[in-house]
This record gives sequence, C-alpha cells and structure tokens, in this order.
Amino acid sequence: MSENNSKAEEIVEEKAEEEEQEKKKEEKVIPYLEDVPFFGLQKLIVLKNKGIDPELIDEYIAKDGYQAAAKALLEMTPEEIIAEMKTSGLRGRGGAGFPTGLKWEFANKSEGDIKYVLCNADEGDPGAFMDRSVLEADPHAILEGMIIAAKAVGAHQGYIYCRAEYPLAIKRLNIAISQATEYGLLGNDIFGSGFDFHLEIYQGAGAFVCGEETALMHSIEGKRGMPRPRPPFPAHQGLWKKPTVLNNVETYANVPQIIFNGGKWYAGIGTETSKGTKVFALTGTVKNIGLVEVPMGTSLRTIIFDIGGGVPKKKKFKAVQLGGPSGGCVSEEFIDTPVDYESIAKVGAIMGSGGMIVMDNQTCMVDMARFFMDFVQDESCGKCTPCREGTRHMLQILEKITRGEGEPGDIDTLEELSEVIKDAALCGLGQTGPNPVLSTLQYFRDEYEAHIFEKRCPAKRCPALLEFEVDEEKCIKCGICFKRCPTEAITWEKKQPAKIDKDKCIKCMTCITNCPSDAIF
Amino acid sequence: MARLTADGLLKLKEKVKNENALSKDGYTVKITVHLGTCGIAAGGDVVYEALKEEIEESKRDDIKVVISGCAGMCSSEPNVTIGRIGEDAVIYRDLDAEKMRKIFQGHVLGGEILNEYAMARIKEPV
Amino acid sequence: MQQLQNLKALNPDLTEEAMSRVDEIIDRNKGKPGCLIPVLEECQGVVDYLPMELLEYIGSRLNIPGSTVYGVVTFYSFFTMVPKGRHTIKVCMGTACYVRGIGEVQNRLQSKLNVKVGNTTEDRRFTLEAVRCLGACGLAPVMVVDSVTYGGVSPDSALKIVDKYE
Ligand SMILES: Cc1cc2nc3c(=O)[nH]c(=O)nc-3n(C[C@H](O)[C@H](O)[C@H](O)COP(=O)(O)O)c2cc1C
Ligand code: FES
Ligand code: FES
Repeated sequence: MSENNSKAEEIVEEKAEEEEQEKKKEEKVIPYLEDVPFFGLQKLIVLKNKGIDPELIDEYIAKDGYQAAAKALLEMTPEEIIAEMKTSGLRGRGGAGFPTGLKWEFANKSEGDIKYVLCNADEGDPGAFMDRSVLEADPHAILEGMIIAAKAVGAHQGYIYCRAEYPLAIKRLNIAISQATEYGLLGNDIFGSGFDFHLEIYQGAGAFVCGEETALMHSIEGKRGMPRPRPPFPAHQGLWKKPTVLNNVETYANVPQIIFNGGKWYAGIGTETSKGTKVFALTGTVKNIGLVEVPMGTSLRTIIFDIGGGVPKKKKFKAVQLGGPSGGCVSEEFIDTPVDYESIAKVGAIMGSGGMIVMDNQTCMVDMARFFMDFVQDESCGKCTPCREGTRHMLQILEKITRGEGEPGDIDTLEELSEVIKDAALCGLGQTGPNPVLSTLQYFRDEYEAHIFEKRCPAKRCPALLEFEVDEEKCIKCGICFKRCPTEAITWEKKQPAKIDKDKCIKCMTCITNCPSDAIF
Repeated sequence: MARLTADGLLKLKEKVKNENALSKDGYTVKITVHLGTCGIAAGGDVVYEALKEEIEESKRDDIKVVISGCAGMCSSEPNVTIGRIGEDAVIYRDLDAEKMRKIFQGHVLGGEILNEYAMARIKEPV
Repeated sequence: MQQLQNLKALNPDLTEEAMSRVDEIIDRNKGKPGCLIPVLEECQGVVDYLPMELLEYIGSRLNIPGSTVYGVVTFYSFFTMVPKGRHTIKVCMGTACYVRGIGEVQNRLQSKLNVKVGNTTEDRRFTLEAVRCLGACGLAPVMVVDSVTYGGVSPDSALKIVDKYE
C-alpha cells in the first residue's frame, strides 16, 4: 500500500466504522420516542395533534377540538376572552412579537359595525415551513383559533391568506372549512349561541412583501400588495378600512389551548417575557432536519446540538441564522443564548417567524449576506426610495465584494447605507432588510476583509476568488475530481496528483465540493 | 350531518374516541402514513401506494390506514407508524416501496418489528 | 361572440374552449370585492399564461381599467405574461437549499440549457424558474420538474434529471 493512498484508505475505513456502528444500533432495542432526543426534548402545544388525520374533523374533535370555541361562544364575554389571552402572555409568532391579547383589545374597542379577522399564512421567509406544517397537519386548530378571535373582537367574516405555493395546505384548509361548516361550527348561529362567523381562503400570488399586514390587506382588496404607512393601524382601519385583526398561523394555533386550559397554564411555560413554546424549522447543515417545538428560553445549543444532533461529521458549526431576510446570524460564541424575544435581539438576530438555518465552515458569510440582500432587493415593492434604491446599492457592493472587486471603504458604505435604510424605509421589509449584513459584519468582519483586502474567500464558496489549482502537498491522488469534472478539465493518473486545465475549467465548483482533502484552492 | 351543540360536541368526542380504539370496529392494526409536503416530496406517496397494494393482496380487512401531516423529522421522511393492537406502535424512517413491503410482511402480518428501519417506539396503546 | 372570435385571431392560445372557461370564471367571481387576483389565478390555470389580450378582456369584463390589471399582474411573481416551455424546472432558492448548494446547480443548468432563470429555452423545451422555498427543506437542495420533486440534487444529477424530459 503506497503512502499516498493512505488517506483515501483512512476515509474508507472510517466509512466502514460508521457502518459498523450503524449495525450495532440496529441490534439494540428500539428506543421509545421520548428517549430519542429529537422528540423527547420537545414540548408540543402547537404541534400536539401532528399524528391525526387532518382531513377528518372527527379526529380533531376526539382531541378536545372545538371545545374551546364552545366555551368562548357560550360561556365567555369578549372581555373575558381578551383577559384570558392577556394572562397567557402570548405574543405574535409572525415575527414582531406583539402581545395578542392587547391587539384583540384594540380591535374590540374600535368602533365599527363590520370587523374582520385575518390569518397570515403567507410564510414568506424562504427556508421556513412551520406554518405550512401546522396547516397541513392540523388545519382545524387555525379555524378554531380564528372563531375565538372573531368572538373577542366582534367580527363575523374572516380570511386566511395563504401562499399559492402551498397547494396541499390550501386543499386541507378547504376540506376543514367545509367540514366545519357542515357541523355548524362555521356559519350562522354557531353552537346555537347566536354568533355568526364565515371564513374564506384567499390565495396569495407570490410577493414576499404581502406578508406585511397592510400590504396583505391591499392584496385581499385585489390591488398591488404595497404597504402603507401606519397609523392608522389595522385595528382601527384595516381591510376595506374596517377594524381588522391579523395574526399568524402559529399564533392562532395556540389560542384554543389557552382558552381550554386557561391563560395561567400557558403563562407557566416559557420565560418572564416570552411565554409558551415556539416552533422552529430547523434546517441547513444539521443532522436532524425538521420541526422543533420547544419552550421559550431553551438554548440554541440544545436545539441545534441535542435535538438537531449537531452538524454532520467532518463539518464544523459556524453560525445559525434566525429570522431569514429580516434577521441575523448568531456565532458559536453565543450559542448558549436562550430563545426568547429579548435575548435573541440582544445578540443581533431576531426571533422571527421560526426559520433556523445552521451553517458550517463551508458557508461564506459574505455570500449569505449577498443572498439575503438579493432577496430583499428582489422583493422590495418599489414604493419607497430608501428601500428600492438603498438595497440595490447594497446588493451591488456585496456582489462586487464576492466577485473579488471589493475596495477599502466598502464596509463603511454598507454600514452607512444600512442605517439610512433602517431609519427611512416605509415598512418592515426595508427597515429590517439590512440586518443580515449588519449581523454578519458584527461576527464575521474578518471574512469581509479577507475578500476585500486579500482577495480570498475563506470558506471557498466564491468562485471568482478561487484559483482552481491543486495543492500537490494536500492532494491524496484519489482521482475523485477527475471523475466528477463535467468539462474534462482535470487530468489525473493513478498515484499522481490531479492537474486542472484552466482553459477548460468553467469554475463550476464540482471539484472543490467533492475533494476529500481540501486540496483545491 | 347535523349541526353540533356544545353537548353534541362532547358526545361526538366520546364516540370518536371509542371508535378509534381499534377493537370496536374489528380493526387490529392501525397504519399512519405521514404525508405532509416534505413527506410526499421524499417519496411518501409511492410508499403509500405500495402499502395499499400490500393490504389489497393480503385480503385483510382489519387494517386501518390513516393519513396525517408531517411527523416532525423531515430528514427521516418518508415515515410510517404501525400499531398492532395491544402492542407499542413503531415509527419507521427513510422508507421506500421496497422497505414498506418488507415491513408489511414482517411487522404487520408477522408481528416482527424490523429493527433496521425502525426509528422509535410509541408507548400509546392503539 | 364577435369579440371572442377576434381574440382567437389575435392569439391562437385563446381558444373558444379556453375562453368559455374564462367566461365561467369571470361570471362566478364578478361583483365580489377584490375578485381580480383570484380571477387571474384561475385564468392562468386555464391558459397557462396571461397574454395582454386576455388581460384587456378580463379588465373590460370586470370593469377594471386595463392599466390596473396590468399593474397587478406585473407585481406578483405568480403571474406570467409569456408562454411557458413544455416542462418547467423550478430550482429552490430558499435559504436551506442555498446553504446546501443550489446556487451551483442553478449555474450549471443555466449554462447547460443556455437559458437564464425566469426564461424559456428557444426550443420551448424548458422554462427555468427560481422559487423561494418549496417547503421540502428537509431534502435540500431541491428542484422540481413539472410536478415531481427531486431532493438532494447536485449539478451533475440535476443535468441527468432534466435529460429525461423531452
Ligand atoms: C416584509 C414583511 C413580511 C412579513 N411576512 C410575514 C409572514 O410571512 N407571515 C406572518 O405571519 N407575518 C409576516 N409579517 C408580519 C406581519 O406584518 C404581522 O406582523 C403578523 O402577521 C402579525 O401576526 P402576529 O401578531 O400573530 O405575529 C411580515 C412583516 C413584514 C414587514
Ligand atoms: S417594501 Fe417596504 S420598505 Fe420597501
Ligand atoms: S429552502 Fe428549498 S425547500 Fe425550503
């Protein structure tokens, strides 16, 4: 066996070892669900019904479904419902964390013969899917939450605004609505209480900004979904200028259980300022990808490493991104931060709607900032100049940096533009758009500097900053790059290091991603 | 279907609960196929088809099949949960049609849990 | 009727059959507040895209100015005014897929099929689209061809997959 091959052998051996371990696992007794950390460490409120048949209302009813609605409609006054919601301490799960009870109280007190209750199922954060899962697995919980909200504010018409990209969710919602209508749980005189509530689904048409409340209402009115300045707030002037309550899917999913078990019960879970649980969509470079519901105050470490199983072998945790294009990332240093609205904000990210994306050392943070800025620029509705022009300018600078054309001063310009946009933008999209840039600058400024001053991408993800040359010292002569190269730009012979012909190379990154010894630079 | 009153709601709940206890309807096995968007994308619908075929072939009429949303761990999809009356239910992971057929033969018909595909047991008796 | 004949002459995709379904959609929704977007969504389902002639027709039937209809159609990414290819490739540009390397897949598809994202190949074989999260992040990176979802794609496997579609 030649020494050159030893590293490749090592890899093979490791693989065998892994398989061996797998085998041993198989022979062991199968653990109980609660002993599997992924499931055992979760606390299910919103997701408690995830095993039932979502297309059968009876299954929901067997799990105490619609009893909270009966209680709210027959035994409680609107004021009592609102008081219970306030006791629970529930805060909106759509991102901003506004207290739900208070929001309902505003709408309740607002004068108006017609009022509306809306559900925000637009789930625009790319890479988040909590709301979709809840809608698909337990649609009746949303319906019930909305019935209770309607009673609390005195509304008789509701809309669920769901993105068109979620056909299965829409299908199951439609089934749920027609079944609830047949049982008389929607429509006139629900439970013989004299209270009427009608519900319709409204399909979004693919614009991120429509997740913003005023834009969403414009969209239901059939217009371009552009936000407008607030005040007036929707609680006073919302859909068709009538008092309106808008809540997120997950927010509504909590409501029936709060009314059923009492606000005190809910307030007993979580932290001082953030009550209850939060559902996260855990994705990225992490072993267990999926939905995770934990009590507020659980640490990021527990979520990512215990529940998520950490990053796969050979990769190293680098950062976790929360809140998508409005949020920021948290570096390893702050991995013990508990998830509650305030603590997360303190480390430069936001709770957001629940997207949690784990990144490893092969993720270029400058490129991630560029990715999010591209998103914000793409989705900017164009109504206000700071957002439209400011984000375009920021995107151009970030693109320049990732192309290796960054100049001294670029970082300062990015920071200045960020401040301007945050202050002057009309809606939340622009106001929070610079966050991904600011937070990567906070923790990974050295990566920006490496791109600008050394023309180097430390994570090896920016093709323009790579040489596409083989480091013969590191090369283990395995030939993988040779076999994978789509353009035959690589020559290799057994026991010889590979060589890349730069004229044929299209910089597709295949060799770099597949090289087992990190030898291509 | 009749409109529900608060009382009717409670009665319906008890009724459904009773029916869901498998033995009442003569069912002895309950199989839950977890079909959310991610489950379907991972091939859950193919697994579901294979399962239906197996049941058909087995000529058993005491097997109840239920569709549900995502079981939670998307990276282990497609998932199927199998509960035989009086035994712990078992949730299986990373299934395809082939594995589904094996599990059907081995576990559903034969009563032998297929350890190599199992993810966890669930205590709740079905 | 006169007008319908004209439409077909202007644009062969607006067949009589399609237009009768369009009329049915309009009749069903007309008068409902905020009905424009649902009508457009359904009509796109019938005709596959929303040509200018159709927009004008819908506008006049709903008594909404053509400019408003146009403004709405161009605002929402769900609507398209150009016909699509025989197959639609959607690459997921959600964060989870991006972190796991969909960017490289997209680049390879663009260069191999010689088409930019958002456009259709000259032979109308493929339309290449980028979407934000298909809700299957567990399988990232994800690509959808027509209605089949492919998880864990690499630049190489993506090319092999699209090869299967004629
Ligand atoms: C640009 C932008 C996009 C938003 N997208 C969403 C979304 O997709 N889903 C959501 O629930 N809230 C979204 N929001 C927040 C909503 O405006 C609103 O605050 C929320 O739906 C209120 O519900 P909650 O109090 O239950 O959180 C977005 C806000 C902004 C500014
Ligand atoms: S779209 Fe709201 S600030 Fe630009
Ligand atoms: S990010 Fe691609 S499926 Fe969600």
